[in-house]
Amino acid sequence: MVTDRIADIWGARTSHSKGTVWPARVDLHLDAGVREEDVDRWVHSACLLCSNGCGCDIAVKDGRMVGVRGRATDVVNHGRLGPKGLYGSTPWASSPDRLMTPLIRRDGQLVETDWPTAMGLIVEKSKSLLESKGPLSHGFYTSGQLFIEEYYTLAVIGKAGLGTPHMDGNTRLCTATAAAAFKESFGADGQPGSYTDIEHCDAIFLFGHNMAETQTVLWARILDRTRTDDPPKVVCVDPRRTPVAAEAERTGGVHLAVKVGTNLALMNGLTRELFAHDWVDLQWVHAHTLGVDDLRSVVEPYTPEEVGRICRVDPEDVRRAARIFGESRNVLSTVLQGFYQSHQATAASVAVAVNNLHLLRGMIGRPGAGILQMNGQPTAQNNRECGADGDFPGFRNWGNPRHVQELADLWNVDPITIPHWAPPTNAMQIFGYAQDGTIGLLWISATNPAVSMPESRRIREILGSDKCFVVVQDLFLTETAQLADVVLPAAGWGEKTGTFTNVSRTVHLSDKAVEPPGQAKTDLDIWLMYAEAMDFRDRDGQPLIRWRTPEETFDAWREVTRGRPVDYTGLSYTKLRGPTGIAWPVNEQAPDGTDRLYTTPVFPTFTEECETYGHDLLTGGAVTEQEHRAMAPAGRAFLKGCAHTPAHEEPSEDYPLLYTTGRTVYQFHTRTKTGRSRSLNQAAPDAWVEINPTDAGRYGITEGDLVRVESPRGAIEVHARIGQVMAGAVFAPFHYGAWDLNTSDPAAPSRQANELTMTVWDPVSKQPYFKTAACRITKLQDATAPSAAPTTAASAPAAGQGAVPPTAGGEPTISAAAQTPHYPNDPAQGTDHPAPVSTVTGGSH
Amino acid sequence: MPHLSTYVQFAHQSEQTLADSFRTVAQGHIQQVDIFHTCLLLAEMSDAHVRDLEPFARHYANTGGDDVDEPERLHAVGVAQVRAGLIGLLRDLQDLHLLTTLVQTTWTVLAQGAQGLLDKELLAIATHANADTTRQLCWLTTRMKAAAPQALIVAP
Repeated sequence: MVTDRIADIWGARTSHSKGTVWPARVDLHLDAGVREEDVDRWVHSACLLCSNGCGCDIAVKDGRMVGVRGRATDVVNHGRLGPKGLYGSTPWASSPDRLMTPLIRRDGQLVETDWPTAMGLIVEKSKSLLESKGPLSHGFYTSGQLFIEEYYTLAVIGKAGLGTPHMDGNTRLCTATAAAAFKESFGADGQPGSYTDIEHCDAIFLFGHNMAETQTVLWARILDRTRTDDPPKVVCVDPRRTPVAAEAERTGGVHLAVKVGTNLALMNGLTRELFAHDWVDLQWVHAHTLGVDDLRSVVEPYTPEEVGRICRVDPEDVRRAARIFGESRNVLSTVLQGFYQSHQATAASVAVAVNNLHLLRGMIGRPGAGILQMNGQPTAQNNRECGADGDFPGFRNWGNPRHVQELADLWNVDPITIPHWAPPTNAMQIFGYAQDGTIGLLWISATNPAVSMPESRRIREILGSDKCFVVVQDLFLTETAQLADVVLPAAGWGEKTGTFTNVSRTVHLSDKAVEPPGQAKTDLDIWLMYAEAMDFRDRDGQPLIRWRTPEETFDAWREVTRGRPVDYTGLSYTKLRGPTGIAWPVNEQAPDGTDRLYTTPVFPTFTEECETYGHDLLTGGAVTEQEHRAMAPAGRAFLKGCAHTPAHEEPSEDYPLLYTTGRTVYQFHTRTKTGRSRSLNQAAPDAWVEINPTDAGRYGITEGDLVRVESPRGAIEVHARIGQVMAGAVFAPFHYGAWDLNTSDPAAPSRQANELTMTVWDPVSKQPYFKTAACRITKLQDATAPSAAPTTAASAPAAGQGAVPPTAGGEPTISAAAQTPHYPNDPAQGTDHPAPVSTVTGGSH
Repeated sequence: MPHLSTYVQFAHQSEQTLADSFRTVAQGHIQQVDIFHTCLLLAEMSDAHVRDLEPFARHYANTGGDDVDEPERLHAVGVAQVRAGLIGLLRDLQDLHLLTTLVQTTWTVLAQGAQGLLDKELLAIATHANADTTRQLCWLTTRMKAAAPQALIVAP
């Protein structure tokens, strides 16, 4: 079947009944003129264009990547790929504007140079700063898109070579709250649930998670269950009427369009309802958790009426949603940026509150009763595991001397070298130190903070300032790279070998398919080059880093995971070149990996084992080891509550509207890859803002009008979509910077959503809030055409399909039915459930 | 019970001083946004304690003997202005910590007095306020630990 996957985002339905395996279907896209039989080689990989982690093969012809094909045997996607993966995976690689040589700044301009000169400059700066100010003068800001081998190598350089606590990733913007939520509730990071929960649940709650656009293949998996005679009920918490909200209405669930910034009040209300209706499994709770009495008293004031008042929703809807949670046997919950990037989002509170709901009902560790605290990026999980961010490798606790000693033994260094004497510095604070000049060298890799971080003007000033020497390694001369002192050309996906782990703990190997262009090098080779030039040594005078190849690096990393919850000891490159990705822990007890955690409700909360002793959810104040020991959690999970507080910036007379940011299905991050795919970029070529028809009437704005949206920090000028966001709020997609605008005028109006956002972050996870600011909107010019907002998903016009031309026109892709194989650990494939033969049926609409 | 009155007044006054001091540090270090927002939040905690104490301050106001020479002997000095830079921030947080410790010991002492007088309402307030004060101290310690290395080693 040939499909335009721009118009048909989720592809054809392969619906199936509850408890049966998700049928396989293979999706394929090749460049125009290339047929499947023309492909020279298919190279083992997994998709890197969202956090879902779909197994795929890269098509190579004449030394170029020419397309991708889903792997039917992979547990994650059963052969499917989404629009971003199909259309966006390969075109960027042969884009004419790839970085081919290192650049250095001379007389204010970036000029081409060679590797010895560029690296020489970095090493000279690095050594001089170490000499004059010590290791705290160095900061590293990485990504959620590198490989395990690269994160781990950088973690060793930073933590054992230099000894700086200033390491973080853009994972702080995307996934820090998921990690913090796990740590606060269960003692350590680690996704409890599995994608297989979709086949077994009675209800699915999506908290601030527009999965239909952010993880399209996972949403297709849900649609294949909801478009049946026995669908799970969907409950959606989102200020926009997303496709998820529409599905909630279709399945007899609930759409709770809560006021931006009030998520915690809703969660407290849902929790209170569980208590009020005796839906709490008290016997289980007393056996396996701590803190139920405190939680009950924290949520007591949040009656449905009070929640309705705070969140501006119908109290009946709160009751209905709670009833679905309380009366379903198995609920699957998923959480993403609508919670993580919003007020009190954090693990600390809201994301933890989702864990609380499951713990109160004992709904964890069995098929269908799962929690998926999602990630925004494909390898975010690995930054958390490997410790190139604020965590310690192998989910170790920086406050536990025994854990630090384990690392010191692995690396053969003095434990005091490892910066465990202060909490690891979060990204926002790293940029703060760069701003005040106490970080003199900031090394940024595979991320574009000039567009993606809040309060863009501030970030541009920091990156452009003389106080801090900025190194950027990337595929392209991004908005961030343009401000750097040294730019290093990096190899991308398909141009290097490495491993990464998706949001359901599934580890994939991505093999090198083609050579990187020009002088571009892998991030691993770049950091190995730096380590060698800096001559980092262990306590015996031997080189600190003794690996050279990706496989040697992986083997070194595997040893770091031994005995930890994140156990990779049963994995190898050979094993990962098999039919499917494999979910950790993988060890002698679980050689084929582990579908879900906590099948026996013993959590890693033992004082000796846990990754954190925990925090006060309201302030972020740290619990001490002694306090933790005194609570004697000993394998019990923590129930933690927190009162709702008003957001840091509420609408005012000057700025009467709420401002929230988000994504579209066709673009990823700052469009470094997706913006270079013709199919994707034509589908969402320019920025826009969405407003509700009521607000449109009030401000005299119609579809396509040019408007100015302004907060106390900055402004954008973009075209308006009269859309389906809640009244009183403005939604802006955050993908759009300036790299493809061909304008050199710094005074030109911006279209970058983060001009308006605030510098403020969650007290526990330190995740910045992108969804709680106030703004005002003014019309500047009448429309000449509809806005560029896609019509296929949450940005559809309120007036309905047909009000503006529909988004379509993707290059052809092919979907084919495939024999559904046996998937390791799939609970639907016991002897009682023989695999059905897949039948690809009509379209999804 | 002349001295109970003194301590009620002292708790009242020192919580007000603490709230004001948190606000001073918040405004003075507004560029450190987490300091700004958290200090305002913690100031509100102390504001609530001040409000809770109002009826008791009135109730016990007339029980003091004339010979009690207060507030001279019991007076909490607040943070009136902030210091500059990272090291200044560290010192300001230390000052807040000292002041909060004084407030906490005051609540501890008041809780004992309340028990002796069988004043359950005052005991409830003292117990609740003491727990909040622990949260304030916990955050201050956590934030000082985060700020210390950069302030001590690298800051100009």
